[in-house]
Amino acid sequence: MSQNEVNDPRIDGIKTKIRVVPDFPKKGIMFQDITTLLLDPKAFKDTIDLFVEKYRDMNISVVAGIEARGFIFGSPIALAIGAKFVPLRKPKKLPGQIIFEEYELEYGSDRLEMHVEAVDSGDRALVVDDLIATGGTLCAAMDLLKRVGAEVVECACVIELPELKGRERLEGKPLYVLVEYR
Amino acid sequence: MFAAENGLKGDPRLEAISAAIRVVPNFPKKGIMFQDITTLLLDHKAFKHTIDIFVDRYKDMQISVVAGVEARGFLFGPSIALAIGAKFIPLRKPGKLPGKVISESYELEYGHDRLEMHVGAVEPRERVIIIDDLVATGGTLSAAMSLLESQGAEVVECACVIGLPEVKGQHKLKGKPLYVLVEPSGLEFC
Repeated sequence: MSQNEVNDPRIDGIKTKIRVVPDFPKKGIMFQDITTLLLDPKAFKDTIDLFVEKYRDMNISVVAGIEARGFIFGSPIALAIGAKFVPLRKPKKLPGQIIFEEYELEYGSDRLEMHVEAVDSGDRALVVDDLIATGGTLCAAMDLLKRVGAEVVECACVIELPELKGRERLEGKPLYVLVEYR
Repeated sequence: MFAAENGLKGDPRLEAISAAIRVVPNFPKKGIMFQDITTLLLDHKAFKHTIDIFVDRYKDMQISVVAGVEARGFLFGPSIALAIGAKFIPLRKPGKLPGKVISESYELEYGHDRLEMHVGAVEPRERVIIIDDLVATGGTLSAAMSLLESQGAEVVECACVIGLPEVKGQHKLKGKPLYVLVEPSGLEFC
């Protein structure tokens, strides 16, 4: 079992449901496709249950999910633990007053936006995405939450690509993942 | 059809859901009263009511697939799918899905867009509901229905949190039932 993977009998069932698609979106990338996990109701439920079991007694008041696959995992987690859900979105999707963070892509940069009034300094936040690679997006997400004074308690992803060392970019905040892909 | 006309008349949950939706005038452009569901997601009770109403409706209808339209359909569809034991299928903008896809075009006010689905995600004769946050003209939902029906699935119903006036009185979309929880807020100010 890999170093940071959770030790639970449900993990194998989850891991086998993730489909690896070679050379998507471009040559050399082994894309981790979670849509096949979503097609297995038991494995999808196990995934959410593992996160809910970990976070439901940690007084998390907000789950922030990164568009778009972070919405698929983050919103059920928020509902189950009694937290608010805050979508962190691509530019120009959110209609209200926003703050934004830029982050690096391989070529160029992109931007993550959040409604300013959604989160405040009393909030304890969990950041959710399907996968952590370099950690750039998660880092931007954490910065948005910190700027409004929230406490980022932890980041949670289904999959980690440990060789890209995203874990080291989270400024010491804990990262919880179910599956590693090497 | 609206939930209030279909067994939920006077249900206080519908009022709570409606009150939690924020109207943002002139977004994305002048004249549009944008129905912002992000405030509903900040109200845990009202968000839970929304999911519960859909789950109560669909849990005994032998639904094996919930298909959600990117991206706001991803905020409601997965929780419904989990609660009723169904698969969740994301219907996505072009170029996002990594496997073999089929796609369907639909009209925007200016131009077109496309919706994609993985081939093989749904099997023939599976019973499907399609979820989005809001139905306006029905163009996106119609495209979604075409994708699913092209694979031999049976679309049982389309379900949205909010239904714009264009759909009021319409019980069906392309011959399939349409189920909507609330009308838009704030229209009385137009």
